[in-house]
Amino acid sequence: MKRFLSGDEAFAEGVRLARPAVISAYPITPQTVVVERLSEMVESGQLNAHYVHVESEHSALSCAMGASATGARTFTATSSQGLLYMAEVLTYAAGGRFPIVMMNANRATALPWNIYGDQRDSLALLDHGWIQVYAQDNQEALDLALMAYAVAEHPSVSLPVMVNIDGFALTHTYEAVDIPEQQQADEFLPPYETRNRFDFEQPVNLGYSAGPEFNRHYQYWHHRDMLAAETVIDEVEQRFAQVMGRQYGGMAEEYRTADAQLVLVCVGSVAGQVRQVVDQLRDQGVPCGMVRLRYLRPFPAQRLNQLLAGKAAVGVLEKDISFGAEGTVFTNVNSALAQGGNGAPTMNFIGGLGGDDITAAQIRNAFARLAALVESDQRAKGAPAAGSQWAEAAAGKASASTPDPVPTGIRRAEILSLPQRVADEYPRPGQPGATSSAHSSNCVVFLGVDDEGEVA
Amino acid sequence: MPANAKTISDDELFYGHKACAGCGGSLAVRAALKVLGPNAVCALPAGCMSAVGFNFPQLCFANNAMITPFAATASVLSGIAAGLEAQGKSPAEYPVVGFAGDGGTADIGLQALSGAIDRNDDILYICYDNEAYMNTGIQKSSLTPFGASTTTTPAGRNVRGCATQKKNLFEIVAAHDIPYAATASIGYLPDYLAKVEKAASIRGTKFIQVIAPCPTGWGTAVDATVDIAKEMVDCGLWPLLEYEGSAVSGQPAGRLTVSRRPRQFSPVEHYVRSQGRFKALTDEEVAGVQQFRDNLWQRLEARL
Repeated sequence: MKRFLSGDEAFAEGVRLARPAVISAYPITPQTVVVERLSEMVESGQLNAHYVHVESEHSALSCAMGASATGARTFTATSSQGLLYMAEVLTYAAGGRFPIVMMNANRATALPWNIYGDQRDSLALLDHGWIQVYAQDNQEALDLALMAYAVAEHPSVSLPVMVNIDGFALTHTYEAVDIPEQQQADEFLPPYETRNRFDFEQPVNLGYSAGPEFNRHYQYWHHRDMLAAETVIDEVEQRFAQVMGRQYGGMAEEYRTADAQLVLVCVGSVAGQVRQVVDQLRDQGVPCGMVRLRYLRPFPAQRLNQLLAGKAAVGVLEKDISFGAEGTVFTNVNSALAQGGNGAPTMNFIGGLGGDDITAAQIRNAFARLAALVESDQRAKGAPAAGSQWAEAAAGKASASTPDPVPTGIRRAEILSLPQRVADEYPRPGQPGATSSAHSSNCVVFLGVDDEGEVA
Repeated sequence: MPANAKTISDDELFYGHKACAGCGGSLAVRAALKVLGPNAVCALPAGCMSAVGFNFPQLCFANNAMITPFAATASVLSGIAAGLEAQGKSPAEYPVVGFAGDGGTADIGLQALSGAIDRNDDILYICYDNEAYMNTGIQKSSLTPFGASTTTTPAGRNVRGCATQKKNLFEIVAAHDIPYAATASIGYLPDYLAKVEKAASIRGTKFIQVIAPCPTGWGTAVDATVDIAKEMVDCGLWPLLEYEGSAVSGQPAGRLTVSRRPRQFSPVEHYVRSQGRFKALTDEEVAGVQQFRDNLWQRLEARL
């Protein structure tokens, strides 16, 4: 059945179909609609679940953990400061191997206080031991609610899953969404069975201390099983496709990368926009493509290397900045590429912070910068500079000015729209006067601020 | 059958732990579990009892049990109760019990406790009150009494120990109109056991605050724990109380009762002077402690 639903509403439908036994809920914009819809479903009897009105996000996840320890399927949802408030419980739930599913409405983190979407909240918590997946649209949001339980509860995984939905861009934007029948959902997702639960025949202590002698075993098992989740995710998606007729792209999804030279890697709903720009630039002869990382934990390093092998330049577009370094997705992508022996130059584009728009022009400009990177790389090697044609083609539609050529072989983070003169105050890496400590700041350009430093 | 020395189970459900000699907290847990039985599901936050009982591979609860985040005793209990109920297991048969210290309850865990009481989740919350953060090495909590020297309220020339009075946690809890709340002392074990038993028979949220002296933090002999826990009651500094909320008592304002009313208080001075933590107090300040006791009872009588 198709209905016109917001991302929050679509996700609530997915949760309903997953039949959680316990829901702990605390409101925060832009997650609120999920817990509202679920409370209505419980009230009307559509969903037979214990709905616990907790008094904070810290308690929301703690309550979910207690319920999960009894062997009950559990759900909670949060966003931004709420996610950060429950941060310590994330490590408890993950270390305890409780397969809780939590929706996170991606939202900026204070200060400045801001309720709009970026991905600094969940990316700041990548290391807390949860599987992290990011939806592109509302259909995927609904489908992920079901698939997340199948992955989380798989016996060889047994880890919590955080499903990230872009705040407002998805949570409050309406799309036609196909809602599976309960019968299909039940066929796809059987009731939760686990040995990681209280047992009244043979009582267990779940969650305890483990000193240095034993601790590393737990950490290793956690890591091993997180890595193994990659295979499980593929299996789950195959099964989902068989039952529901919708196939997803696994850990990372690609668009027109097969013959692409310039590839932009992105996360979440911005992929739709990037796809459109790729189509436009392709028409103008720019060999570009896109990779959308669906899962950030486990990190799809192998898949990424397959998709990006032999590319001329790779950009990472993300709604996050790790101050004083670079975007966190960029760090992860670079590490994977380095491990995979991929020597393509890479650039980082930071945009969409605090709900800022990422425009088609900015994305075109990002491709133009990648092309310029290739051009200077080619010139340095004395090779024909095809990159300059791509750069002109891409930049022609983006702005009047051709993007600055940038030195090769350097990892660079570009915060979209930072004034150029700010960047110029720092010596470029590899130039006289450059110091190693200057390397990250001088490459950073913010999208959405003009060359005079005025916010557009 | 009421739990007492004759009827209490010989089964040990909390043993093999590494609590200090003379630990009052471990006695509170051990005795409560004898009453609640093997079907009880326990949750313990960071604190002495989890630190001494949950060391892999030496796990000391014969019951189902789990560690919780420090602030989350009550919310984890709520989750356990909801999970069991969702699977058709009533907390009447499978009691859901938390054991948290004074800091874990009156400080960092107070919000979660208030939330659980507000929801009236079917759980039993037992606060073993040893009057400071003992697990981290004797730091002041909001249940540390005036004058107690702790490692964060060191008695010196300028300040003689803890400058604040013990927070009235029992009244805070009772103000929620909780179905059942009680104070107890491991010095009066039959009273404590009876309260645990009564709490387990009541549906909804139950709370027991049991005084559990800590020889390490109080500066008392390891074989004096029970005596000092008795004396705290006898001198009037720790009234043994019961509050039955409106749903249980049938009275709109609930029913507050004194479980043990000393005919004559034993001297506060003896109680104070027998503990190392109070050794810096002047006679004047000890008189102040006695005044606190008198005020406490005056306030209490007004509510009875």
